Amino acid sequence: MAANVSLAAPPPFDAERVRRDFPILDTMVNGRPLVYLDSAASSQRPLAVLRAVEDYETHSHANVHRGVHALSQAATAAYEGARERVRRFINARSAREIIFVRGTTEAINLIAQAWGRPRLRAGDEILISALEHHANIVPWQMVCEQTGCTLQVAPINRRGELQLEEFLGLLSPRTRLVALAHVSNALGTVLPVKPLIEAAHAHGAVVLIDGAQAVPHARLDVRALGADFYAFSGHKLYGPTGIGVLYGREELLAAMPPWQGGGDMILTVSFAKTTYNELPWKFEAGTPNMSGAVGLAAAMDYLEGLGVEAIAAHEQRLLQLATAELARLPDIEIIGTAAHKASVLSFTMKGVHPHDLGTILDAEGVAVRTGHHCAMPVMTFFGLPATARASFGCYNTEGDVASLVQALGKAREVLA
Amino acid sequence: MDLKDLYRDVILDHNRHPRNFGRIEPADSRADGHNPLCGDRLSVFVLLDGERVADIRFEGRGCAISTASASLMTEAVKGKDRTAIRELFDKVHALLTRSESQADGALGKLAALSGVREFPARVKCASLCWHTLNAALERGATTVSTE
Repeated sequence: MAANVSLAAPPPFDAERVRRDFPILDTMVNGRPLVYLDSAASSQRPLAVLRAVEDYETHSHANVHRGVHALSQAATAAYEGARERVRRFINARSAREIIFVRGTTEAINLIAQAWGRPRLRAGDEILISALEHHANIVPWQMVCEQTGCTLQVAPINRRGELQLEEFLGLLSPRTRLVALAHVSNALGTVLPVKPLIEAAHAHGAVVLIDGAQAVPHARLDVRALGADFYAFSGHKLYGPTGIGVLYGREELLAAMPPWQGGGDMILTVSFAKTTYNELPWKFEAGTPNMSGAVGLAAAMDYLEGLGVEAIAAHEQRLLQLATAELARLPDIEIIGTAAHKASVLSFTMKGVHPHDLGTILDAEGVAVRTGHHCAMPVMTFFGLPATARASFGCYNTEGDVASLVQALGKAREVLA
Repeated sequence: MDLKDLYRDVILDHNRHPRNFGRIEPADSRADGHNPLCGDRLSVFVLLDGERVADIRFEGRGCAISTASASLMTEAVKGKDRTAIRELFDKVHALLTRSESQADGALGKLAALSGVREFPARVKCASLCWHTLNAALERGATTVSTE
């Protein structure tokens, strides 16, 4: 942090000005201005990202790492420059620790298959939490089937917080891998990952953090956090779809076999023997998503321009406002009341199924997610088939919260 | 797109007061339906008299469209034989999916579902009960999914 010498208060976060950077927010939905409250599913992209992608496609595209011609070199420079941008954004030690993947899901599958499958065997345990997204459950179930190892699940309480004592009690010398969400996508709970990582390390386990919902809302410093692997997606970070990041500590990545075979991940190929490329390319078989990487780097520039901490503070204000507004409505139940939450607000309305709620809010121009949020075990825990979920990003305003409350009134009028 | 087209009074009434709600035990046939997209689940229980559905009930938890559609379906098919039910299913299916289709007089109260086709994300809510009934009549006890 900078020295505390400034006497002037920081300028207030101007979400109205931020909105102008996102052309899609001018969309009319059913004759009403769009109120986009679904950034936890996918955030929108600022002009800076759209233009960076267009600029790459217009002026710099060819295949990477292959040609001596000018465009191939330009594409390689853009792609590898994006990798370095990601390294700085998350404060990794080396760009060799940044693997570009399709998204968080692919990153977790990569670790499951390239780290887990060769190492795990019957008697070993993988520990996750009851808050996980399906992407941090199913790849481990697949590894358990493949290797005979066992999946352990640390429980949550009624507020949607991880039960720390139970988590610690499940750690043992058998625990080889701990895989945890940094922020729950269904409830918004922020997990205290740093002490959890330390506890897992004390038992000799390797830790993967699913940061898909965390990176948009807080400054990430992978070295300070101490995670062995950290995964996140570009499209929840105001970047393009189809690009994501797997961070891994270099010594762990170096000891892992490749996941997929193909071009770009090799040094030499003969029918007798193939030698694999160095990090990070060993894990990037085939032509990668260059324009996606460029767009992601532009999104990181954009976010740092706004200030990641300023965005987080703005979102916390909106979350608190929305929580207070919804708590005043007697027919609304907020699902997930953890002490520490990111800007996700899951709720149900008495007598109205979330699916109907979603349709009625949409008719009012308000976009929320409804369903099980790819976290069926969380829904089962709360005895619900589904919830409605409003989530806030840098471009949301207090007016958006008011629109949500007004649209809930409409739902009550139509159905309750 | 008008919400009143979707949530007509008949739909709201059958959602609040679903007809033929509950189980038949033992049933001649039963099937479970599941819409993994929204988590809706419903079960259909049938008593047969030869080719005819002598009695039918359903239970489960779903949105207003899914609940009302199932309730309307049970009223519409009770007493009909398999062939008539299949013809009705085809008409309902056309009503839910084809923009040009006019509500057939044979549909009766089921015509209230015609607004659903303006909401493509909700068509599966309305059709889940029919697929489930179809499974109960065709294959006996089973689970069907909209996916």
